[in-house]
Amino acid sequence: MVLPLPATTTPTSSSSCSAFLSRHPNGFTSSASEFSNKQRRFIRKHGPAKISATFELKPPPYPLNALEPIMSQETLEYHWGKHHRTYVENLNKQIVGTDLDGLSLEEVVVNSYNKGDLLPAFNNAAQVWNHDFFWESMKPRGGGGGKPSEDLLKLIDRDFGSFEGFVNEFKTAAQTQFGSGWVWFAYKDSRLDVGNAVNPLRSDEDKKLVVVKSPNAVNPLIWGYYYPLLTIDIWEHAYYIDFQNRRPDYISMFMDKLVSWEVVNSRFENAKATVEQMECEDERKRRQEEERFTIDEAPANAVFPDTDIVSE
Amino acid sequence: MAARSLLNRKTLATVLRRDSAALGATAAAHSRGLHTFTLPDLSYDYGALEPAISGEIMELHHKKHHQTYVTNYNKALEQLHDALPKGDASTIVKLQSAIKFNGGGHINHSIFWNNLAPVREGGGEPPKGSLGWAIDEHFGSFEKLVQKVNAEGAALQGSGWVWLGLDKELKRLVVETTANQDPLVSKGPGLVPLLGIDVWEHAYYLQYKNVRPDYLKNIWKVINWKYASEVYDKESS
Repeated sequence: MVLPLPATTTPTSSSSCSAFLSRHPNGFTSSASEFSNKQRRFIRKHGPAKISATFELKPPPYPLNALEPIMSQETLEYHWGKHHRTYVENLNKQIVGTDLDGLSLEEVVVNSYNKGDLLPAFNNAAQVWNHDFFWESMKPRGGGGGKPSEDLLKLIDRDFGSFEGFVNEFKTAAQTQFGSGWVWFAYKDSRLDVGNAVNPLRSDEDKKLVVVKSPNAVNPLIWGYYYPLLTIDIWEHAYYIDFQNRRPDYISMFMDKLVSWEVVNSRFENAKATVEQMECEDERKRRQEEERFTIDEAPANAVFPDTDIVSE
Repeated sequence: MAARSLLNRKTLATVLRRDSAALGATAAAHSRGLHTFTLPDLSYDYGALEPAISGEIMELHHKKHHQTYVTNYNKALEQLHDALPKGDASTIVKLQSAIKFNGGGHINHSIFWNNLAPVREGGGEPPKGSLGWAIDEHFGSFEKLVQKVNAEGAALQGSGWVWLGLDKELKRLVVETTANQDPLVSKGPGLVPLLGIDVWEHAYYLQYKNVRPDYLKNIWKVINWKYASEVYDKESS
């Protein structure tokens, strides 16, 4: 009763699946299974509120004038110093003393998304996460290090035809997002979101790079199985001081001069590694199921050929 | 109301002064029996609403943002005009979001320019007459209406509009918000917009930055209640 193994599976027997990474590609500290658990209830705790919710405003990894002349210091002072700061402060006020208090930022985002029935904290939590991710996606002008890695480029060529094809699709998406929002370049895993069901015919073809748009504060975390690699903020406050209505110019300059491919490359490596880990987990689970199944079903005098028995 | 301002002679003159490529397209479309929309003129100078709204914002808002909605609305309608006789269902459906967005943008901004007036032309004077009484009746007082509009406008996430509208069926005033460029009628077929305030960031950012509540506080100084009263009287008779 052996399920057919996917043709493109490299020999990932349990020995080559290294210890499960405790860090999610986007810096989560929660494990993947917790990440998909959406069963928390939201009750205000009784008794004296323990004030432990203190998300802090993370500074960008460069001084506020480092993105001049494309993104001015004035923009950073308002965008980071006011908008981003306000999201952080309001988030803290909203979750103190509630069930969301004490969770990691990613957990607050996913839990407050509440399968689309948004809790009030979602907007602030998601915008805090989005802006952290955005500042880290950019590099100071002349800061060096600016090309997709060979591995990433191979996948870009496969999924977009060419690097130019990818850039065009990203730019078009950013130009055509109506209203406020974000555009994402992400690595999408093929997992079926049905509890512990496993796609028995997984192949590398199912995992792909995509460009997706999202409105207002929404980000790919809440869709599950997307690993964001790069984002651009297309709320008007992101570009109005420097570009006014000229959103296409902002997008072009961002793509040509501001994107930190170092960061994108490392996010991609983390995403691949995490997906691989999950596949090892799945493979392990599948073999356990199978073992149990064959042992139960076989008659007492059955002969087990060697290939049926899972080694190790 | 908005329809009248679309078709006056001043508007035609404005179009002729503009981008001749657009004019060429307009002429071509006209010859195919397709109506093209045009950017309505303002009845006041860009700087006339200062200091409530800066001239820089007014010029960008009208000449660039609204003009872009008009241009893209016409483009989408032309594509629709081509797809309809061909029965190209997927194109027809695909165009709907562009039509809603750009058409809505044109409708909403046309109303908005009429909702504003310089102080020396009555901007900021509270409504009298039947609209004034209706406001007192439905909201308690003019101040309470302002408070409600400001609260809803400030709380709106992302981009959109906050409206004072007349519900023709229920015969009462309402305060509503719409997202992005959705016109008020998308919240209810019987809703008529009397006053709309644009809370997209482009409407206030250069002057008020992230402090949307300050923009909302100040815009009342240039609200043209004469226009809102005219619409109210016409629609509630």
